[in-house]
Amino acid sequence: MSQFVQQLVNGLSLGAIYALIALGYTMVYGILRLINFAHGDVYMVGAFVGYYLGRLVSAGAASSSPSVVNFFLVLGGSMAACALLGWVLERSAYRPLRKAPRLNALITAIGISLLLENLGQLVFGADPKDFPTLVERTSLSVGIVTFSNIQLIVIVTAIVLMLGLQYIVHRTKMGTAMRAVSFSHDASGLMGINIHRVISFTFVLGSALAAAAGILVGLYNPKIDPLMGIMPGLKAFVAAVLGGIGNIPGAIVGGLIMGVAETLTVGYLSSTYRDAITFVILVAVLLFRPTGLFGTTARAKV
Amino acid sequence: MKQRGATRTLLVAALYLAVLLVLGSTLIPFIGPYYTQVLIFIGINIILAVSLNLILGFAGQFSIGHAGFMALGGYTSAALSFYVLAPLLAGFGTGGLISAISEPAALAVSLLVGGIAAALAGLLVGIPTLRLRGDYLAIATLGMGEIIRVVILNTDFVGGARGFTDIPRWTTFTWVFLLAGLCILVVRNLIASTMGRALIAVREDEDAAAAMGINTTRHKVFAFVLGAFFAGVAGGLQAHYLQYLHTNSFTFLRSIEIVVFVVLGGGGSITGSVIAATVLTILPEALRGAESWRMVIYSALLVVMMLTRPQGLMGGREFQWSWLLPGFKKK
Amino acid sequence: MIRQMVKLNWLRGLALLALALLGVAACSQNENVIRIGVFNSLTGGTATFGISSTNGIKMAAEEWNAKGGLLGKQIQLIVEDDQSKPEEAAMVVTKLVNQNRVAAILGEVASSRTLAGAPIAQKAGIPLITPASTNPKVTKVGSYIFRVCYTDSFQGAVCARFAVQKLGLKRLAILTDVKNDYSIGLADYFKRDAVLLGGEIVSEESYSEGDTDFRAQLTSIKGANPEVIFIPGYYTEAGLIAKQVAEQNMNVKLIGGDGWDSPRTVEIGGAAVEGAFFCNHYSAEDTSQMVRTFVANHVKKYGYVPDAMAPLSYDAAELLFDAIQRAGSIEGSKIRDAIAQTKDFPGVCGNITIDAERNARKAAVMLQINQGKLKVYDVIQP
Repeated sequence: MSQFVQQLVNGLSLGAIYALIALGYTMVYGILRLINFAHGDVYMVGAFVGYYLGRLVSAGAASSSPSVVNFFLVLGGSMAACALLGWVLERSAYRPLRKAPRLNALITAIGISLLLENLGQLVFGADPKDFPTLVERTSLSVGIVTFSNIQLIVIVTAIVLMLGLQYIVHRTKMGTAMRAVSFSHDASGLMGINIHRVISFTFVLGSALAAAAGILVGLYNPKIDPLMGIMPGLKAFVAAVLGGIGNIPGAIVGGLIMGVAETLTVGYLSSTYRDAITFVILVAVLLFRPTGLFGTTARAKV
Repeated sequence: MKQRGATRTLLVAALYLAVLLVLGSTLIPFIGPYYTQVLIFIGINIILAVSLNLILGFAGQFSIGHAGFMALGGYTSAALSFYVLAPLLAGFGTGGLISAISEPAALAVSLLVGGIAAALAGLLVGIPTLRLRGDYLAIATLGMGEIIRVVILNTDFVGGARGFTDIPRWTTFTWVFLLAGLCILVVRNLIASTMGRALIAVREDEDAAAAMGINTTRHKVFAFVLGAFFAGVAGGLQAHYLQYLHTNSFTFLRSIEIVVFVVLGGGGSITGSVIAATVLTILPEALRGAESWRMVIYSALLVVMMLTRPQGLMGGREFQWSWLLPGFKKK
Repeated sequence: MIRQMVKLNWLRGLALLALALLGVAACSQNENVIRIGVFNSLTGGTATFGISSTNGIKMAAEEWNAKGGLLGKQIQLIVEDDQSKPEEAAMVVTKLVNQNRVAAILGEVASSRTLAGAPIAQKAGIPLITPASTNPKVTKVGSYIFRVCYTDSFQGAVCARFAVQKLGLKRLAILTDVKNDYSIGLADYFKRDAVLLGGEIVSEESYSEGDTDFRAQLTSIKGANPEVIFIPGYYTEAGLIAKQVAEQNMNVKLIGGDGWDSPRTVEIGGAAVEGAFFCNHYSAEDTSQMVRTFVANHVKKYGYVPDAMAPLSYDAAELLFDAIQRAGSIEGSKIRDAIAQTKDFPGVCGNITIDAERNARKAAVMLQINQGKLKVYDVIQP
């Protein structure tokens, strides 16, 4: 029993990271009907920005400052850098294709993804890097379960960011505009909403969340490499589909389910099925409930 | 007129076969194993590119699981050769004439079975997933490719995570280009048929095609299965050439590489796929040492191409004899 | 008509380009040198192994060239990168054998990649010496394939004996990298010998090269309550696994194989690998004259203390050059015979005698990580 609860805790920590990435997929899909394949790689860039910032703050003058301050410095810096990256990508690669067939946009997204991965290998080096220790690892025992302070930080940070997102989407003007644009580009354009700006903002927001996920994974499993974004990216996408793509709470629940499913598979079956479980879930969802757990059916008009 | 077209095709095929046999016995021993290897990879990539072009370029179905079919075909034919055919052949003895006949026969059987296995998988996967459109299909095929890979990884009798070794080396230059030619011929003739026209209609507008009475799912599945068959054959050729298979060769990056061939050459142009597969196989060999730049260039090309010339190099046009012989007018 | 001409020229240009590119690839060959092929992972997952190994080989070649070369000719190393991929290893060995026409091949640290390349060398009759591939299958490929390190059956036995007899710990768990020949082999031999010696395997879990999250497996292992976790993997994962073991508050001893030997293990693992043991080929702190000279030269040339891959590869290269000298020829079969006759060859990692199975018989050392440094804990003779 204690083992099962322990696996659940492990799974939720992993799932929180997937959920943060899944949010970016789901928001972009909701607005553009585009699978932004490069999103997983934005997460990778986030981790690497964190790597360099982290080495800077722990080596530089700030080394005397408490680890919490360092953590927030790195987190904020990386989120800002990736927000910029998201904006640039949308502006240079996706905006020119707004009226093009969706297949072209999809191939472009794959191209951008490969470009980031391979440039990453050239710029950062292909070998894995050790993420700097921003917070000293300690373990806490509560009853029958042991978890680390890192797991706690991962889960708490993810929850705070998700609440922040929920606030932006439902309580601000920009959030209202986002929801309007995702409903209909044409109608919201007629209502005087600047669609381009809203789409740019969506990319910025999603990329910042991906960067946060990158930092958290760097703390959690301190080994990062330029190809680290591929699998988590795919898994997060599946999480978004599972929750009903375009649906924000759905992405969070989907991410958590994916994390727990993966951990239980590894813990009770075999580690070789770690990635396969993702795709089994995907195929099952596509076959039995293509709209996902919380999705609504939309009929295509001819 | 139709008669003349058929005669000409037959003539060209016979000529092609003759050239292959001559090249295989003169050029190949002359240029040595390294250049032969490059040529063989060109041939294998041509098969992959043309067969994916049928699915992606002509039928408009975005599949990124081609490497999965390739893996399935490769492993099936390798297992058949390793466990059944090679011991059988060894039983015949290794006389000059006997092995000259039995080896190609064994390879043909092995490749056919590999191709059929891949086609069956294509059917199994195609029927449910081809109801999906566009990006969902992409993800589903990608997932399918990964599942095939993981299943192979956990199958011990084909080597599992350690790779499959000691596959007999039966693939030759002549075989690879014979099958590449066959693949091109089949796809070309298919496109010119009613079936092919229907596929193109599906690509252009699926709803309109359905309204015209085309059974869209059946046509899509057919293209998918045929494409998977040739991918499986390509996998078998690779297995019997390298004598070694590892699932790492069939990750989704391999699928993407094939997509790059098709997109750069131009979706819907067989000529384009052939050119792109040839050039992009030679390029990294010639640029050995600048290896790390290869994929950067590929991906940048892909993006730039989509932004500036989404129809690809050939833009759907095909090679015509009249390009080479100005007097040779098509009737 | 003009349109057609343009197309024609365009196609012709493409064909010319293709030919030109192929031409570039075929460079002229100089016959006043002895070409030795080297294939290693200079990029990719286990790049530090390949780079370290290649550095060792380069040191040996430079020393011989400075002394006047081999059979009166200079040694020319042709180094190819296999990107840590088996199929790429097969590709580059084909190139070395057929394109560069090398006299002999040195290479691959990883068993899986040596296994991909070795059949090609065997078929061509080109001797291949692997510096560090410990999987028993490697030298079984054929009569031209040699190694200068011990095998996994020996290494597995050493680790098992060490855990059960020296430390007296009987409840053992194993965490294997199932994507890796080396790891699977080592785990099997460890298990066999540990059980024979009276140990009990209480838990067996697996991971795949490149994984970063091992908590699920470790939670399962923890449930079985072991005293030792044997981790026959590479340094790329060892440090990370150790960290996650520490996170789970487990009171266990960690034991690893020679795949742990990289500064990165301590860098990544930090406090978590303190007190862990691993089996290795040599220790940089050895006081023998040969080791001291080698370490000093290596530090002078590359600026850091070498891991075991550098001296093993140095030994492999030295042994090969010595054999070519003895053979007096660069003919494959003669070099092969000379390598096979090697007896008590003095290497940095101990004296090497090549046995009938083309394996080296030599001692192993058990190192302990102590305050971030590697200390010799035990030496085990064959």
